Amino acid sequence: MTKQKLNIPDRNMEAGIALSTPAIIWMGLLFITPLVVVMFMSFLNRARGGGELPYTLESYQTVFGGFYEWDAIQEGFSKLGTVGSFAEGWEVFGDILAPDNPYALVLFRSIRIALITTLITLFIGYPLAFYISTRESAFMRTFTLFLVILPFWTNFLIRTYAWRVILGEEGVINNALLAIGLIDAPLEMLYTQGAVIVGLVYGFLPFMVLPIYAAVERFDFNLVEAAHDLGANDWSAFWRVVLPGTLPGVVAGCILVFIPSIGSYVTPDLLGGTDGLMIGNLIAGQFKGTGHWPRGSTLSIILMCIVMLSLWAYNTFGQAAPTNRKEK
Amino acid sequence: MNQRFEIDQAKLSRDLAIRRVGRVGLLLNPIFTYFFLWAPILLLVVFSFNNSRGVSVWRGFTFDWYINIFDNTIGSDASFSTGLLLSSVGNSLIVAVATTIFATLIGTATGLAFARTRFPGQNFLDAVLYLPIVIPEITQGISLVVFFKIVFDWYDRITGVTLSQGFVTIILAHVTFTMSYVMLVVRARLANMSPRYEEAARDLGANEWQTFWRVTFPLIFPGVLAGALLAFTLSLDDYVITFFTTGSGTNTLPMFVYGLLRTSVTPEVNALSTLMLIASTILIAVSLGLQGRNAADL
Repeated sequence: MTKQKLNIPDRNMEAGIALSTPAIIWMGLLFITPLVVVMFMSFLNRARGGGELPYTLESYQTVFGGFYEWDAIQEGFSKLGTVGSFAEGWEVFGDILAPDNPYALVLFRSIRIALITTLITLFIGYPLAFYISTRESAFMRTFTLFLVILPFWTNFLIRTYAWRVILGEEGVINNALLAIGLIDAPLEMLYTQGAVIVGLVYGFLPFMVLPIYAAVERFDFNLVEAAHDLGANDWSAFWRVVLPGTLPGVVAGCILVFIPSIGSYVTPDLLGGTDGLMIGNLIAGQFKGTGHWPRGSTLSIILMCIVMLSLWAYNTFGQAAPTNRKEK
Repeated sequence: MNQRFEIDQAKLSRDLAIRRVGRVGLLLNPIFTYFFLWAPILLLVVFSFNNSRGVSVWRGFTFDWYINIFDNTIGSDASFSTGLLLSSVGNSLIVAVATTIFATLIGTATGLAFARTRFPGQNFLDAVLYLPIVIPEITQGISLVVFFKIVFDWYDRITGVTLSQGFVTIILAHVTFTMSYVMLVVRARLANMSPRYEEAARDLGANEWQTFWRVTFPLIFPGVLAGALLAFTLSLDDYVITFFTTGSGTNTLPMFVYGLLRTSVTPEVNALSTLMLIASTILIAVSLGLQGRNAADL
């Protein structure tokens, strides 16, 4: 980078402006403006096929309704004492923040689904990235990495559909379990939150593997030897040397999985049913048919805020996406 | 001394146990994960050749489902006819080709600007160009719906002509999210390429235009082609943004397939999926071939 910077004469500024003008106009008109328009829309009243003045906070009140109702919050906190499990605790937590509000419910559910997806991909993806980057030969490293990326390049709809074939009532798993007599009636696996999580993990696993792979590959394994010499066993060497050393990759991977998971539309639509509905589906519903554009815009703005916050975390704690550092 | 030795022995066996668990885990995880990644895809392919409508046991090899696709029985619904399938493929190709042309032109110019020049507002534009890659498609989709609606309303009020969404809006939307990818690929190519070639050309008396066409462009061409192919694939595969920017009569292939996947699980759908998997594999192979040359000739 520095090498090129030195070589750039000042007269190139005009060329730079000229070359980037089409992109500036295009992005300004078809990317920035639409986002700004949606922001305005979120403060409008509902009208036939859109929104109308005057400005109002109605949509935000609908989405966050109950958020500031003191009685409900108190009641929720009193329930917290009886919580037995994490899932139950989360439900009560959701009740506290949004009692009987379907919008907030789906919002919290989306965050939960995205977080669980991120955790599962981390637990599967970290050892896999570690395995790939510690292969001896360059060919095996490329090959094992290629095996992770190749499914990712095929059509997303088809990959999600495959899980309908597997999890469905007359799907592969149910057929197999019925055939060996382990169950009497088909299990309900499709149209659950679990199915959505499986689909998201399947879809976004490479986003976790790639940055961790890059981080492990850059990691100096002499440090592990040093840790062993100083009396650490494999566990403490991993926990206290390898993991901290590759943490930026872990953070990057988690955020790169979290963002598309929270904003997903296709996976919950194909695998989720009503139970697995996520914020993306809620937004889409407000814009097709007899929807409520201002409310859909509000939900979209909230989603954007979550994504922007994640991006900020990525820039602060994560590292740049993996590049082909090892040129030859 | 003796006691100390015993303590070490206990620690040693514990550490060895930890190591064994780690080894086994590091062996089992890839086996499980590769199975998880590949089994669903292979399953679709296998069952597309299975001589049975269900997905339970193998009853012999057949091409029937592939023949059915071209014989008007794709889904359980009459709206999924072969004619509509073929017209959706045609629509998808029109959109993808137009998108590729615009995205490649603008993306390449921007990639050049980023890799070879400095101009005010560059960092801001850089951030803006990254956004379409990361923000959820649903957000982009609905923003464009609202935007087009407002623009069309204005246009209607001024000229009295009512516009509606269709090919043009789909292509505008697709160019918006694909040109960032082209820009990144071209820029990466230029970053790996020394600017000395261009300097040498200029030292030998070539003007900017000659330098670009006779030195820079031939050198970055594989990158431009790889970027174009990426834009083509992304446009061809997109469902969410197309769903929001489409009008009536402009069904694309992913939209046709999506309707099919939502309503029916038939062996014909498996066969169609397999055909699409083969098509993407070919595109990937071509793209990788280009990128391989990309790395080899510099």
